[in-house]
Amino acid sequence: MSAQLDEKLMIPGQREQAANNKPAFAEESILNLDQVNIYYSGKAAIKEVSFPIAKQKITSLIGPSGCGKSTLLRSLNRMNDFIPEVTMDGLFTYNGQNLNAPSVDPVEVRRHIGMVFQKPNPFPKTIYKNIAWGPNINGYQKSLDELVEHSLKQAALWDEVKDRLHESALSLSGGQQQRLCIARALAMEPDILLMDEPCSALDPISTAHIEDLLFELKTRYTIVIVTHNMQQAARISDYTAFLESGELIEFGVTEQLFTMPQKQRTEEYVTGRFG
Amino acid sequence: MNQSSDNALNTSDRHLQRRHRKASLFSSFCALITFMGVALLALLLYQVCVDGIKWLDIQFLTSFPSRFPARAGILSALVGTLWLISLIALIAIPIGVATALYLEEFSKKNRLNRLIELNISNLAGVPSIVYGIIGLALFVRGLNLERSLISGALTMSLLILPVIIIASREAIKTVPMSIRHAAFALGATRWQTAWAHVLPASFPGILTGVILALSRAIGETAPLIMIGGLTYVAFLPDGPMDSFTAMPIQIYNWVARPQHEFHQLAASAIIVLLAVLLIMNAAAIVIRHKTER
Repeated sequence: MSAQLDEKLMIPGQREQAANNKPAFAEESILNLDQVNIYYSGKAAIKEVSFPIAKQKITSLIGPSGCGKSTLLRSLNRMNDFIPEVTMDGLFTYNGQNLNAPSVDPVEVRRHIGMVFQKPNPFPKTIYKNIAWGPNINGYQKSLDELVEHSLKQAALWDEVKDRLHESALSLSGGQQQRLCIARALAMEPDILLMDEPCSALDPISTAHIEDLLFELKTRYTIVIVTHNMQQAARISDYTAFLESGELIEFGVTEQLFTMPQKQRTEEYVTGRFG
Repeated sequence: MNQSSDNALNTSDRHLQRRHRKASLFSSFCALITFMGVALLALLLYQVCVDGIKWLDIQFLTSFPSRFPARAGILSALVGTLWLISLIALIAIPIGVATALYLEEFSKKNRLNRLIELNISNLAGVPSIVYGIIGLALFVRGLNLERSLISGALTMSLLILPVIIIASREAIKTVPMSIRHAAFALGATRWQTAWAHVLPASFPGILTGVILALSRAIGETAPLIMIGGLTYVAFLPDGPMDSFTAMPIQIYNWVARPQHEFHQLAASAIIVLLAVLLIMNAAAIVIRHKTER
């Protein structure tokens, strides 16, 4: 299966197949990238990248610093719109719709595709308000109390904060803050959760907490994670995309990519010989 | 005997000692300058208090101005100033904060907006008398608002708007980008983000700017004289369309008289003006502490 998958996905010009969700890839894909280019002030940061993102799986993006993986991640929920120098082309097909089509409202995109950032960035408000604000402004009708509890439980934070929901989120430790940010994103019940190096600012214990959490979450959510940590990518993800200098070097089943990479560069990178 | 060469950490290094001397010299110089500023202010306050304490009583606060120093009071000027400050706050704060929010959060960084920004910075440096002339031409004559409280408040609002805008923009700039991104990633619009997160987070800074601006407005005389704030008012304004006087005008008027008693009255009025200012500042500090938590 994987040989076929690699072959199909690695060969450029498979535009039709990626766009039409043909069974090149054994999973049901929720988001498809097809010939994506992203430019900073006209200079290409991401070049002709195509790969699918499997539904309810974890896809990790790896590669050396500056390879464009964070830029690519931010393009998946239109967060690059806030950087005026960034332009892009190519197709991002999400549920049959191009994310960048003029008729698509970026605010709507972000309601379905949530994001957790590199550094924990809770709002300087109470723990409760951190979670409840997003659903509230988006017209959530049911009980916010229940939603807050449910989200915090999903993020494995409930037991630690249930007695202090109305204290400032800034009183939490870094690892707790990051789990709060995850809970905040989950409260929107997103289809896809994007994570930009969510553990890079955390100690190993908090990192382990979050990795356990990701395992739990993938039964319900699709997760795309950027990570610098090879072991983390190997441990948690189902699929891995390896990028270098804005180009997709290799995409495939994680185990395959780490144990039997098809490309020399991938092997060098995952075994730590460069990057 | 072990000399300096053995111990690299001893203090006998002459070069290092010279650097330490320079540092302590500079810090004493700074302390001296700071102290001089404070001392001058204290001297001024002392002088004002010595002159003004004599007439400062309830009668002074509850009387209208008079030809006789013993019967003269500050009532109409005090009420006029309170009216003026309230109107200015109502006009200038919403416009100023909204402008700052627009420039920081919504506007595209194009040539027109850069021009607007440049002009606002320049306006902050325009002499207050010039605003008085604008106020006279625009509000008193152009809009036929007469020599009323509202004309005065509008003119003063123009005067302090640049200060409020600049201070608010600086406060808004200090809100970390990550907070905005967090809100956007939850499917918030720019307006929702600005209203729920950027504005509350920058509120303490905005408040500081607003208080600075209002303090300036409360002490300004020139524009009010220009637009015709009266110097002798023996009634209280009922509404924004009434004519008025304000404390700086009354002080100016008393100082300009030859009799020594009136100079003392002016000092008393200055004490009242400073008290109003202090109360405003204290209120701001209390509000800021409440919201920061």
